[in-house]
Amino acid sequence: MSMLEVKDIHKTYCNVEVLKGVSFTMEKEQTKVIIGPSGTGKSTLLRCINQLSPPDKGEVWLDGEEITSPKADINRIREKIGFVFQEFNLFTHLTALRNISIGLEKVKKIDKETAQKRALEELRRVGLEKQASQYPAQLSGGQKQRVGIARALAMDPDIILFDEPTSALDPELIGDVLDVMKSLAGKVAMLVVTHEMGFARNVADEIIFMEGGYIVEQGPPKEMFTNAKTQRAREFLGRIGALYGGD
Amino acid sequence: MADFLPFFLHSLPDLLNGLGNTFLLTFVSITAGFFIGLSLALGRVYGTKGVNWFCIGYIELIRGTPLLVQLFIIYFGLPSVGIIFTPLQAALIGLAINSGAYQAEYLRGSIQSIESGQMVAARSLGLGKLQAIQHVVLPQALRVSIPAWSNEFIYLLQYSSIAYIIQVSELTAEGKFIAAHTFRYLEIFAMIAIIYLVLTIVSTEIIDRIAKRLSIPGIGAAKGVGLRD
Amino acid sequence: MALETLIDSLPQLLNGLGVTLGLTAFGILLGTSAGILLAIGRSYGPRPLAYPILIFEKVFRGIPLLVLFFLIYFGLTQLGISFDAFTSAVIGLGLRSAAYQAQIYRGSINSIPVGQINAAYSLGMSKLKAIRYVILPQMLRISIPGWSNEFTILLKDTSLAFGIGVIELMRQGRYIQVRDPSLVLPVFLLIAAIYFVLVFTANKTLRVVEKKYQMAGFQAEAHR
Repeated sequence: MSMLEVKDIHKTYCNVEVLKGVSFTMEKEQTKVIIGPSGTGKSTLLRCINQLSPPDKGEVWLDGEEITSPKADINRIREKIGFVFQEFNLFTHLTALRNISIGLEKVKKIDKETAQKRALEELRRVGLEKQASQYPAQLSGGQKQRVGIARALAMDPDIILFDEPTSALDPELIGDVLDVMKSLAGKVAMLVVTHEMGFARNVADEIIFMEGGYIVEQGPPKEMFTNAKTQRAREFLGRIGALYGGD
Repeated sequence: MADFLPFFLHSLPDLLNGLGNTFLLTFVSITAGFFIGLSLALGRVYGTKGVNWFCIGYIELIRGTPLLVQLFIIYFGLPSVGIIFTPLQAALIGLAINSGAYQAEYLRGSIQSIESGQMVAARSLGLGKLQAIQHVVLPQALRVSIPAWSNEFIYLLQYSSIAYIIQVSELTAEGKFIAAHTFRYLEIFAMIAIIYLVLTIVSTEIIDRIAKRLSIPGIGAAKGVGLRD
Repeated sequence: MALETLIDSLPQLLNGLGVTLGLTAFGILLGTSAGILLAIGRSYGPRPLAYPILIFEKVFRGIPLLVLFFLIYFGLTQLGISFDAFTSAVIGLGLRSAAYQAQIYRGSINSIPVGQINAAYSLGMSKLKAIRYVILPQMLRISIPGWSNEFTILLKDTSLAFGIGVIELMRQGRYIQVRDPSLVLPVFLLIAAIYFVLVFTANKTLRVVEKKYQMAGFQAEAHR
């Protein structure tokens, strides 16, 4: 059985069916990138997986456990699923260090000292240990997002979901965040929704192309970019690929 | 309790009498308070330094002391220097002076929130300062103040009950009078509470409707402009 | 001579001041704790809870404080419940303050971006933990200006306890007046000055607190 199994997810928002039956799987330490036109339910799909926005129909299985079941302990499950937001969502009233340690202290019940040490390590990993006692308002967008990634990483998740992690950043700051994400490839499973084609082409193990609430096509980057099977995928990847280029 | 309805009907005339005074207190003081407040607000925004200081002094002194103290000073204190008011007069004066200070603050806030660009544009058209205030700043400032003003109305409606303490026969006083005779405090004051509640809800509704009629697209209420609460 | 007798009255006034401060302290304590519970209950509690809380707020914001005092002090005795005047005043002040504070706190909660609680959930925090560690600290900081306003209002409203015979500052003033009518103006002016100093000090202190706890990057709500 695969680590993550998404089975036939349906979701309706305000009378519009945003996800019309999405299914795919992921293995440990795999990196999959979801691309597609805006508004096709990509972010919604991520939120259906960690249940921030439970699906109307369908199932999600993580490590052999059905997390969409009403009996599931969603808080414990969320410890295994990291989430990185487009708008960062760092806790405004806490320092960078505390943003990372609070999950360790209050959710994983680790003692304060160990938690803070661990948090500092994570900050070091993303290159921000000097910003440990700064507040989110004092950080640049790129720094905020790196703290966000560190916060998710600190929880030791099986998989991290990235919801357009660089879309809210100034172009020159995107590189730093992508570098951090690249360093994680192969170490933890990543499911990334993004427009960054360079990242998709060079880091993803597989690309999922979504449109209109369906998965239109999925496959390894090499195939998808040069020889996609469906016409729509070929169109989109060709046009967007040219626009956003690579790195 | 079985004779609640007859009791209620029996008490009604006195209560309505009191209600009349309550309305008198509320309407007169909010109106007088408006003019006092407007003068103070204009004094603070456009006045000379001396005028400004006077206005600040008035506002801070009144807002920094309880209404009841102000009423006592007017009703009990002033006679000792020869100025005597009836309870009703003292209450009206006290409420008006008090309301004036609070209205001054949120009117000032509204005026300042409109100020800069509008005033400059008006002057550049050749309007005098007074004209600019009258035709450009105030029409907008007054609309922005409506939510705060609505709050002030409700506030005065409720605080008019303080006049009971200086022997004005408004609604609460009538209630106390009836209750002292019949010992039916619970029923009488529950009734009175409901009357105030209904008045509060109805006035809010009415003022909201008036606000809608007068509203201009694009002039939203500035959030939290010097509200009393 | 008037000055002497005025000075003689000081102990009485100080007594009254003590009661006034007592009413304020207990009143604001009740109002704040109840207000926080009401706001959180309405924003995060189960749906059926929202309606009764709304009614509570509307009722206690729509009845004059004096009427509330009468209901609690006199009215409840008809149901067999009797509180002394001081307690009645504290309950009245507290319940009314709770209704107003609930409004302030709800406004603050609404200004916290929804992403904050989503991030908390994503870390595996339960609703309770998310409220306790992420929402509440921010809500309280944002509410400081509104709370300060409410505090001074309550301080001034303690004067209404006069109406049910609590022997606070106003009542002491009246006793002094009755005993020595020539002192009436000085004593009430003095009382006004005492209130003024209390309000002024409270405001200045709370401004300092507000500045200290202002969250970097979070706009303090416009107030006053």
